[in-house]
Amino acid sequence: MIDQYANIVAGGLLLGAVYALIATGLNIIFGVMRVVNFAHGEMVVIGMYTGYWAWSLVKLPPLAALPFAAALLFGLGYAFQRLLGNRFLTAPQHVQFILFIGLALMITGLHAMLFGPEPRGLQSEASFAVYRVGFLRLDATRVQAAVVAVILVAALGLWLRFSLTGKALKAAATNPVGGRAVGIRIPHLFAVTAGIGAACAGCAGVLVAPFFDTQPYLAADYTLLAFITVIVGGLASLPGAMLGGLLIGVAEALAAYTVAPSLKSLFSYALLIIVILARPVGLLGKPGDAH
Amino acid sequence: MTDRCVLDETAPTDWRTLTAAVAFVALMVALPAVVNPFHMTVLSLIFLFAYCGQAWNIMMGFAGQLSLGHALYFGVGSYIVAVLAQRYGISPWIGAVPAFVVCALLGAALAAVGFRFAVRGVYFALLTIAFAELVRILFEHWELIGKTGGFFLKALGADNNPLLSLRGGPLFTYYASLALLVISWVVAWRLLHSRTGYFWRAVREDEDAARALGVPAFRMKVLAVSISAGMTGVGGAWFGLINGSLFPETVLGMRMSIDLILAPIIGGLGSLFGPILGAFITVPLNELAKDLAQKYSLSGLNLLIYGLLLTLVVIAAPEGVWPKLVKAAKRLLPKGRRS
Repeated sequence: MIDQYANIVAGGLLLGAVYALIATGLNIIFGVMRVVNFAHGEMVVIGMYTGYWAWSLVKLPPLAALPFAAALLFGLGYAFQRLLGNRFLTAPQHVQFILFIGLALMITGLHAMLFGPEPRGLQSEASFAVYRVGFLRLDATRVQAAVVAVILVAALGLWLRFSLTGKALKAAATNPVGGRAVGIRIPHLFAVTAGIGAACAGCAGVLVAPFFDTQPYLAADYTLLAFITVIVGGLASLPGAMLGGLLIGVAEALAAYTVAPSLKSLFSYALLIIVILARPVGLLGKPGDAH
Repeated sequence: MTDRCVLDETAPTDWRTLTAAVAFVALMVALPAVVNPFHMTVLSLIFLFAYCGQAWNIMMGFAGQLSLGHALYFGVGSYIVAVLAQRYGISPWIGAVPAFVVCALLGAALAAVGFRFAVRGVYFALLTIAFAELVRILFEHWELIGKTGGFFLKALGADNNPLLSLRGGPLFTYYASLALLVISWVVAWRLLHSRTGYFWRAVREDEDAARALGVPAFRMKVLAVSISAGMTGVGGAWFGLINGSLFPETVLGMRMSIDLILAPIIGGLGSLFGPILGAFITVPLNELAKDLAQKYSLSGLNLLIYGLLLTLVVIAAPEGVWPKLVKAAKRLLPKGRRS
C-alpha cells in the first residue's frame, strides 16, 4: 500500500520536473517582457515532433535530439520575437492574446497538415527499461527526462543570475528605458528571452516524447498545464515554477490513480483554487508581479 | 451631469448611432427575402457571436476586465436549458432564466474570489481559463449529461411550435437570433449611458483614481463580469437550441472561449458596433477556412488559414476594425462626427 503510493508520488515528481521546465519557459518570457505566451504548448509539441522524427528517421535517441530541438525552438522564438513580438510589447493584453492564439492555431494546423492527426509513439527498448531503488520502480525514460529537466532549469537559473546577459535581462525587465540608456540592446535581448522560453518548451517536448504519444492537438493541454503550474508556483519566479511543476506532477499522478486517469487534472485544479484563495500571487510569487 | 458629457462620442442623444442601428436592423430584417437558407444559417451564427461578443464587450470593453474563459458560462448555460427541456420538459423560455441566473452567479463568484484577493490582469485571465477547463473536465464525466458522448435534443416533430420550443427552421432561427442581438445591443447601449456605465469606464481607465473618487470599484467589476456571464449563458443556451447537440469539448472548450472573444476584439472593444462588425468578419472567415479544408480534405488547413488571418488582422488593426473605419470616415468627412 505505502510502496504503491510511494511509486505514484515518485512518478509524479519525475514528470513534475519536466512540467517545471515547461513552466520555466513561460515564466522567463513573462518575467522579462510581461507577456503571456499562449502558444507555449504548441512549442512543446514542436519539440515532441522533433524527438519523434529524430528517432524514426535517423534513430537518434531523444537525449541526443535535445540540442537540435533547443536550437530549432530558440531560432523560431528569436525570429518570432524579432519580426512580430517586439511590436506588440506595449499592446493591450487581449491584443497580445489574439497574436499568440493566431500563432498557436497556425502551428497546430501545420502539424495536423504535415503529420496527420494520429498519435505517434516513440518506442525503443529504452522505453521499457526500469530502475529499481528499494521498493521504487522508476521508468528509465522518465528518470532521464527528470534529471535533464532539473539540470536545464538549474543551469538556466544560474546563467540568469551570474552571466552578463542574465544581468542585462534583469536590468531590461526592471527598467527598459534605463537599460537602453546604458547600452543594452533591448530588441535583441527580448528576442533571446523568447528564444530561451521556446527552447525550454521544446526541450521538455523532446523529453516527454518517449512516454507520451505525439499528436497535434495536445498543445492546448500543455499550455493550460503551464498556466496552472505558474499560477500555483508564482508568475515570474523560477523556484516557483519548479515547486509548482513538482506539486502538479504529484497531484496529477495521485488523481489519476485514486479517481480516474481521465480526471488526472482534478487535483491540480483543486490545488490551484486553494492557492488562489490562500496566496493569490502563487506559493513563491512576489506581490506586485502580477500587475 | 449629462450635458457635461457631450464630448463623449457615444453620448446617449447621438442620433447617428441610433440611425445606424435602426438602418442595420431594417436591412437585416429585409435580408431573408434575397438570401438562401444556408446563408441564413451562417447569418444566425454571426448574430449569435455578435450577441456574445457584445456580452464580452460589456465586461472587457466597458469595464476593462479581461476574462479569457467565457466558454464556462456559454457551456453551462447551454446545458442548463437543454437538460431542462429534454429531461424535464421545461420550456426554453423558462429555462433561460436559470441559465442567466446560474451563469451570472458563477461569474460573480469567480470575480469576487479573484478581485477580493486583488487578482488583477493576467492572473484573473488565467484563473478564468482554468475554471472553464475544470468545469469542462467535470462535465465530461457527468452521467446525467451524457459525458463526452454528448447531450442531444430530440428531433423536431410535425407538431413543433417554434414559438414554444424555440427551435425551428432557418428562417425562425434567423429572426430569433437577430432579436437576441438587438436586445443585447439595446442593453449595452443603455448600460453604457447609465451611471454604472460611467463607473465602469472610470474603473477601466484608472481603477485607483476611480476608487479615490468614490467609485465602488470592486462591486462595479463584479457586476460587469456577472452581467456579461449571464448574457453569455443565454447565448450558449441559444446555441444549444440551434445545434440540437452539445459536447463539453465544443461548448466548454478553450476553442469556444477563443471564438467568443474574437469578434469584439477584431471588431473593436468598447464601441457598440465593434462586436457586430467583428462577428461579420470572424464567423465567415472561420466558415471559409473550414470549407477550404474540406474541399482539399486537409485537416489542419482550416486552423492554419484562420490563425494566419487572425494574425494579419491584429497586425493591420490592433485596436479593432471599427475604430479604424470610424477614423477613415472622419478623415473623409472632417466636420461630421461618427460614433
